[in-house]
Amino acid sequence: MTLAVDIRVSRASLQIRAVLQASEGETVALLGPNGAGKSTVVDCLAGLLEPDDGRITLDDDTWVDVAGNRWTPAEQRPVGVVFQSGLLFPHLTATENAAFPLRARGTDRGAARERAASLLTRLGFPAARRDARPNELSGGEAQRVSLARALIHEPRLLLLDEPTASLDVRARSELRPLIRSILEGFVGVRVLITHDPVEAMTVADRIVVMEQGEITQRGTPEELRNAPRTPYVADLVGVNLFAGRLEPLDPGAGRVVTAEGDVVVPWPDGLPREPLDGVLGVLRPSDVVLHTVEPEGSARNAVRGRIAEIAIEGERARVRLAGAPPVVAEITLGSVARLGLREGAMAWASFKAVEVVVVLP
Amino acid sequence: MRTSPLRRTPLAISALAAIGVAFIVVPIAALLIRAPWSHLIDQLSSTGAWTALRLSLEVSLAAAALSLVLGTPVAWVLARSSIRGRSLLRAIVILPLVLPPVVGGVALLTALGRSGVVGRWLDAAGVQLTFTIWGAMVATTFVSIPLVILAAEAGLRSMDPRLEGAAAAMGASRAYVLRRVTLPLLRPQLAAGVVLAWARALGEFGATITFAGNLAGRTQTLPLAVYQTRQTDPGAAILISLLLVALSLVVLVAMRDRIFAR
Repeated sequence: MTLAVDIRVSRASLQIRAVLQASEGETVALLGPNGAGKSTVVDCLAGLLEPDDGRITLDDDTWVDVAGNRWTPAEQRPVGVVFQSGLLFPHLTATENAAFPLRARGTDRGAARERAASLLTRLGFPAARRDARPNELSGGEAQRVSLARALIHEPRLLLLDEPTASLDVRARSELRPLIRSILEGFVGVRVLITHDPVEAMTVADRIVVMEQGEITQRGTPEELRNAPRTPYVADLVGVNLFAGRLEPLDPGAGRVVTAEGDVVVPWPDGLPREPLDGVLGVLRPSDVVLHTVEPEGSARNAVRGRIAEIAIEGERARVRLAGAPPVVAEITLGSVARLGLREGAMAWASFKAVEVVVVLP
Repeated sequence: MRTSPLRRTPLAISALAAIGVAFIVVPIAALLIRAPWSHLIDQLSSTGAWTALRLSLEVSLAAAALSLVLGTPVAWVLARSSIRGRSLLRAIVILPLVLPPVVGGVALLTALGRSGVVGRWLDAAGVQLTFTIWGAMVATTFVSIPLVILAAEAGLRSMDPRLEGAAAAMGASRAYVLRRVTLPLLRPQLAAGVVLAWARALGEFGATITFAGNLAGRTQTLPLAVYQTRQTDPGAAILISLLLVALSLVVLVAMRDRIFAR
C-alpha cells in the first residue's frame, strides 16, 4: 500500500509544493517549522482542501487529479485524522466522538458505542469519563479521544497532525509512547506531521522536511543527522552547517564561501579542482574549541565573535558565537568556568579543516 | 469584601438607571393596580379572551415554526453562499424588522389579497388568505422571520467550519454532517431566534389587522382583542393585556438561559 502525493497549493502568502511517498509498514514524518504549510498538506490529504494542481493516490485509488479532473470527496477516503486543534465535536460525549466514524458509516448505535468504549479503554482513557464532553476533558484525555476517532473505522491512511503540540509537558511525555505504539501497530500508511524534531527522530522511519512550502530534505533520521542540507535541519540536529560555493585553496584544501563568511575545508577526494556551487560543510559543535585570545596552532579556521547564547544541557554547554560565519560550540561546564565565558563577551572559536565534513550537491 | 472605587456605580448612572427601570415597571404596575380583579373570570369569558388566547397561541406558534423552517435556509445562503448581491439580499430580508407592521400588512394585501399580484392565482385555485387564520399566520411570519434569520446567520458565522470538515473526513455524508453536526451546533442560536420570533408574533398587531382583519373567533388574536375591547370596556382590556404580560413573562423566564447565556 503506497500513498503518493505531488501537489501544489497557494495559500495567502505561501506557495506550497509537496512531493512525498509513504508505504505501508513505515512511518513518514513531515517535519517543519510552524507556518511551513504542513497542515495545508493534511487538509489536502483529508479532502478538506483541493490543491491547485497535482495528484494524490493511494495505490490504484486516485483521490485527487486536478489535470484529470478527478476528486474523491473526504467522506469516501479511508483516512483517519488527528487534527492539530483536536476538532472534537463539542456537543457529543467522548464515546460519541470516538464512535462518530462508525455511526457516519451506518453502524448501529449500540455496536458503535461498544467498540468506541473498548477502543477508548485500550488507549488508556478512563471509563468514568466516557460521558464527558470535550470541554470537560483534559488535554491528554481529549487527544486519546481524537486518536480513537481516527482509528476506530480502521482506515488505510493514518494522519497525525501535531498530536502532542497542544499538551503540557507531562501529558506529552505520557502520550508519546502511546502514539509510538499506535503507529507501530497500525496496518496501513502512517504519516506524522510535526514541528518537533525529537518526535520526528524517535518515531519516524523517514523524515520529509518542509520549510516555507518547499520540501528541503528527505531521508532517514540518521541521514538527516549526518548530512543536514539546510540551516534549519542543521539547527534541529544540533550541528553547524556552512552552505555555499566551494573554491580550491592550497593542495588538499578548499574554502566554502558562505554569505556569512568563509570556512576552510578538506578538498574531497577525486573532485576536480574547480569551483563548485551548492556545497555543504557540516561541523559537529564538539569539534569546536573556544578561546578568549586569538588562538595559535594548527587549526585552519578561527572565528572571532560575540557570545550570543550559552545554553546549558546537563554537564555540557552549547555556546553560540555570532561570528563570520556564526558557529556553535559544545564544551564542558568546566571549560565555561575556566575560560570565564559569559553571554555578550567576545571570544574566539577554532576548528580544524579536516573536522568539516563536505557534502557535495 | 470592599468594592474597589472603580467598581462603585457613579451617582448619575444610578439615577438614570432608576428612571430607566421605572420607565418599564410603572406602566406594568399600573396594569396590575387598575385591573378589575374581582371580575377576573367573567370579564375574560364575556369578552371572548379565551378564544383570542387560543388563536394567539396557534398563530404565534405557527409563525415561529414557519420562521424556523424558512429562515434557517435563508441564513445559510447569507452566511455561506457566494451569490452576488448578498448584502442587498440581507438588507431586504431584514426589512420587516424595521418596517412599520401596517406597511407589511398593506404589502401583503397587495401581493396576496384576493385581487393581489399573486393572490389572484391563489384565489383562482380556491385558496383565500385574507380574513382567515392562515392569513394571520402569514402576516405574523412576515414580521418575525428576520429574527430567526439574524440569529441563525450569526450562529453559522461563529461556527468553526473545520468541525464540519472534520466530520466529512470521518466519513460523514453531507446530509449526516448537517443532521449530526451543523444543526446540533446551531441549536442555541436557533432556539434563541425562534423564541424571539414567537414573542414578536405573539405581540403582532399592525400586519395582522391589516391583512387578516379583526374577526372575533377567526383572526382576532390577543393584541387585536385588547384594541377592540378597550373601546367599550377599558377594565377588560387591562385584564387581556395582563394575560399577554403573563404569557410573555413565563416564556422569558423559561428560556432565559437559552437566549441570554451566549
